[in-house]
Amino acid sequence: MRWLLLKDLRILRRSPLLVALLVLYPIVIAVLIGVSLSSPPGKPKVAFANLVPPDEDSFSVGGGTRLDASGYAGRLFQAVDPIRVASREAAVAKVRSGDALAALVIPADAVQKLQSAINLSGNPERPTIEVYYNAEDPLKRQYVESLVDSRLGDANRALTRELTKLAGRYLTILLDGGDFAILGRRFEVLGLQRSRTIIEASIASLPEDAPERIALAQVSSFAKLAIDNLDLSDEVLTSVGSPVRVRQTVLDGRRTPLDAFAVAVAITLSLMFVTLLLAAGMLALEREEHAFARLVRGLVTRSGLLAEKIGLAALCSFAVTLVMLMGLALFLDLDFGRAAYWVAALAFGALAFGAMGVAIGGLAREVRAASLLAFLLSLPIAFLALVPSGSVAAGLYDATRVISALFPFEPALEALDVAINDSGGSITGPLAHLAALTAGFGVLARLGLRRFG
Amino acid sequence: MATVTTAPALSVDGVTKVYGARTALQGITFAAAPGERLAVIGPNGAGKTTLLEIVAGLLTPTDGTVSRPAREVGWVPQQPALYSKLSVQENLGLFARLEKVADPDAAVARMLEQTGLADRARDEVGKLSGGNRQRVNIAIGLLAEPPILLLDEPSSSLDPRQREVLWSFVSGLAERGTTVVYSTHNVGEAERYADRVLVLADGELLFSGTATGLVATVGEGRDFEAAFVAFLHERGH
Repeated sequence: MRWLLLKDLRILRRSPLLVALLVLYPIVIAVLIGVSLSSPPGKPKVAFANLVPPDEDSFSVGGGTRLDASGYAGRLFQAVDPIRVASREAAVAKVRSGDALAALVIPADAVQKLQSAINLSGNPERPTIEVYYNAEDPLKRQYVESLVDSRLGDANRALTRELTKLAGRYLTILLDGGDFAILGRRFEVLGLQRSRTIIEASIASLPEDAPERIALAQVSSFAKLAIDNLDLSDEVLTSVGSPVRVRQTVLDGRRTPLDAFAVAVAITLSLMFVTLLLAAGMLALEREEHAFARLVRGLVTRSGLLAEKIGLAALCSFAVTLVMLMGLALFLDLDFGRAAYWVAALAFGALAFGAMGVAIGGLAREVRAASLLAFLLSLPIAFLALVPSGSVAAGLYDATRVISALFPFEPALEALDVAINDSGGSITGPLAHLAALTAGFGVLARLGLRRFG
Repeated sequence: MATVTTAPALSVDGVTKVYGARTALQGITFAAAPGERLAVIGPNGAGKTTLLEIVAGLLTPTDGTVSRPAREVGWVPQQPALYSKLSVQENLGLFARLEKVADPDAAVARMLEQTGLADRARDEVGKLSGGNRQRVNIAIGLLAEPPILLLDEPSSSLDPRQREVLWSFVSGLAERGTTVVYSTHNVGEAERYADRVLVLADGELLFSGTATGLVATVGEGRDFEAAFVAFLHERGH
């Protein structure tokens, strides 16, 4: 078997294009996937027309406090690339021409309407921000929709917080008394506490049988009740502003950050591509060169030949992915203390993919057919393993779990995730799973070779 | 010319091969003497390759026996079974080691000399002509110096000049005592280069004897090819 292994390595060494392709292709794929998983989508271009006159940009929320409307609009720009235009028509034209994915228009009366709504004056009408979408790219359109909704929600919540604080100040003045200004006039407020003190003093100064005592005592009781309850006003207002708090608890699955998980995905993909293509291709090469029959005629057993191909593919992919991982570790602050786990995960994964590769290679008579088959099978397997729960119907998700469990990608990813990211859970389970798949695919490959005399 | 009066180098006794409902070979029995050249001829589907593959140990017969184990039989498949990315020397060296030849380097040197490929030893096999590839193919079959050499249609991809070289080489082997059994579609080659011919049709052995004997069976006055066709026709093939 040693001579066969050396022969295959020599053949690989003399096929620089194939080797370059086998090494570079998975690395390119891995980098692309890593970048796409770990980076947020690029900021979409959004045309922005602020039609509010500059001198009407701020609005009063009472108590002499003025807020800047453009400051709240600015929150929308944190996640988009704005193209500032002067008119609604220009904004819409940008969308129509494809220069912008969407247009955001703040009408001229927006601040005025906001002011009316805050003052509760006349017949208040809530201001409306206009959004125009470009439907050429449904994916980005959905992204912009959710982005605008989310950022408008942020702006609304920020405004609510300001108004809540202001309402809290009013209630404090109502409780304790003090000065406040409205519509340019200043008012002195006595406050419930001091009002009650005055009433209590008045009651005390009255004769015991004075008929006014009963009425004043009722006013004093009301004042006490109001004081007691208004003490809680700040908490109540805070609850109204943010009625629900969120506490997140991870019950099951990975706690890996997205970029660290992307590393595990990228390495697993590389491991899969290199091993599958090599194992399938090198076994098919024996038949393409018509050497298979000569070899199994007593020179080497079929099982020995399969073991050699699995070993060859696993050895090569292990080396490539280990170097890849160590390279990534230099940039991504991976824990070298877990290197023993890396080696175990890569080795078990490589062997399982190798066994799957020879099972594929056993079906094909030519290297090209074997490579194509390996490539066509590997992509959906990876895709299925990455389907998250809740994203598809329960039955379909269960089916994807079962199918994924029959191939090495998912357990290899799990093992690598634990090995690289210490994402919780034991590495023993996925390694045992990979060992079982190695044995299973090995048996399948051996059965597959039976039909080739 | 060798005769079968000496102890046979190879005996095939009652070999039958059945695939499902189809019988590929039916009770084939023959023997070959040391240094004898035996040609297996017959129409397409006669069972020539199946018979050689059973003798080579590639297939297990449904019934019957072959006197030699596979390791004592050199096998040269119809398509050169070589690694095109390896040189002539590397191919020979690899198979010499897989064959567990006592001195692989000496065996390689010997085969390079015998096949006249010493000056092409370092050339990649993929860059050789069809004739030279076939010579390497045969050389691999001879690495372990087997007493029996089986060749499955060895001249099918060669031009006339290359065929001449091939048969000259094969004749030299037989003269040194190697029993050569080969299948061919070219009945002229069977007549010229075989000591004896086996005629197979539909898995049955219809004739075993010299080319002259076959001609005599159907009546004198015909050439060997015409006699062969007439022979098959007479027997309903």
